[in-house]
Amino acid sequence: MSSDKIVRVASGQGFWGDWLDAPRRQVEGGQVDYLMLDYLAEVTMSILQKQKERDPKMGYARDFIGAMASVMPAVLERGVKVIANAGGVNPPACADALLALAQEHGARGRLTVGVVTGDDLLPRLDELLDGGHALANMDTGAPLSSIRDHVMSANAYIGSEPIVEALEQGANVVITGRSTDTALTMAPLRHEFGWGASDWNLLAAGIIAGHIIECGAQASGGNCMHDWRNIPDLADVGYPIVEVRADGTFVVTKHANTGGRVSVPSVTEQLVYEMGDPHAYITPDVIADFTSIRLAADGENRVRVHGITGAPATDKLKVSIAYRAGYKAVGTLVYAWPDALEKAQLADRVLRERLDRAGLRFEHILTEFVGVSSAHGPLSGTTDPPEVQLRIGVRGGDRSAVERFSREIAPLVLNGPPGVTGFAGGRPKIEELVAYWPALIDKTVVQTNVEVRA
Amino acid sequence: MRVRLLDIAHARSGDKGDTANVGVIALRPEWYPVLAREVTQARVKAHFDGMITGDVQRFELPNLVALNFLLHGALDGGGTLSLKTDAQGKVFSTALLRMCIDVADDEARTLGLPAAP
Repeated sequence: MSSDKIVRVASGQGFWGDWLDAPRRQVEGGQVDYLMLDYLAEVTMSILQKQKERDPKMGYARDFIGAMASVMPAVLERGVKVIANAGGVNPPACADALLALAQEHGARGRLTVGVVTGDDLLPRLDELLDGGHALANMDTGAPLSSIRDHVMSANAYIGSEPIVEALEQGANVVITGRSTDTALTMAPLRHEFGWGASDWNLLAAGIIAGHIIECGAQASGGNCMHDWRNIPDLADVGYPIVEVRADGTFVVTKHANTGGRVSVPSVTEQLVYEMGDPHAYITPDVIADFTSIRLAADGENRVRVHGITGAPATDKLKVSIAYRAGYKAVGTLVYAWPDALEKAQLADRVLRERLDRAGLRFEHILTEFVGVSSAHGPLSGTTDPPEVQLRIGVRGGDRSAVERFSREIAPLVLNGPPGVTGFAGGRPKIEELVAYWPALIDKTVVQTNVEVRA
Repeated sequence: MRVRLLDIAHARSGDKGDTANVGVIALRPEWYPVLAREVTQARVKAHFDGMITGDVQRFELPNLVALNFLLHGALDGGGTLSLKTDAQGKVFSTALLRMCIDVADDEARTLGLPAAP
């Protein structure tokens, strides 16, 4: 293998709901080898599980099918490969929908789809608990049995191995369920460069490349605090791309003639995003050391990343469990000058007293004054703002109490303090709450499967 | 001289469960030692008094001229449970940059640190 070989992985989605134009722009704006699409967040799996319960053909990120339609010419004619965790809780159904799309594009037989399964632990949950896997909450230590009856979904975060296997079997699109976000970038690098399962420094470099691009434009000028006024043309922002070499060094960049900015500060902001202990960024593949990362400017919109080290992976996988946890609703009203804050505070007291007199009990009530203190709390200092949004939310196990709360906001417009407006949106929506339960499980218990379909 | 973090650093914050993280990055490499010396675990904990229910952890990343803080119990339960506007801790970044530190006049002059407004 030539040491000059460069593999280009482009980020096309940072979450389910990200910019619909981004995938197509990434494959049309210049040379890329792989398109990486990250759709899953902690809460996404439970939403998908609900959809699958209603319709067994659902339970995957449907945006992905539209994204694939927009990049199909690049995949078929230029050999761009796609890696996506769009499968959610139903990767086989996602593959069915993709193959149906391929047929519409007259591409049947030219699209080879790798489907990774095995992360879904829901059907095995009782067997695992009986087998002595407590799946205790990582944060609180509570045993899963305390919420077992409320569990909606349970998925192990799996690493790059099965994606690499799908690529080795000739897949040009790989669909996974709950893969780690970083594995989606790491897998094509392992496949192209033949990095081994214990090449810890190289694997750590792959993970960090993945971390930098997994949130889409957050590495290339989006949500960037540094010099934000002067970041050019965010309307046309270019999503990030990593150009990786076999030695694990890489350059973060974006396509020419796009907006945004790739700079040492923009990349650093993304590196610290959602960071825990920087010495030990734990993934199924490797433990990456963020204190080893070296960044250097490498020309316009290019940042070189090198020096990365890693340590052997642990023998556990993280498990993401979602469970039903009651209901919530949040209502808002706007109070205008003069004395906007005082009026909003009075309205809050009036509302709370009415809830109390109606005998309603909640696990939690929270009031915020948007425009005054909802973002920075007591640090905001005192002020006489031109307007204030009263924002009050409740949470509890009794749906009827939450419903009654939602009917108590509007009356305040006529029977509360003056200077109030902003109730055009109607009653607050009642949301069923899904809470998140992080746990660990022995790696040996989770068997992944790879199926390659044409 | 009084120096405001907003004028010498930039930051990004995010969430993991009920914990917010804030990464604070020096605007100039030569300003990092001042950040590392002054922005201690105890000061950050005091800064967020009344806004978080748990402890603060602090990590140094001299390679990125950055500090990382974990603010436990910052997100009203976190994720979907939280009733907060900022349920994902997105603006704890700028909340930390409100902090002011005192730097000796000589050192501030040598380093070209801007005075707090």
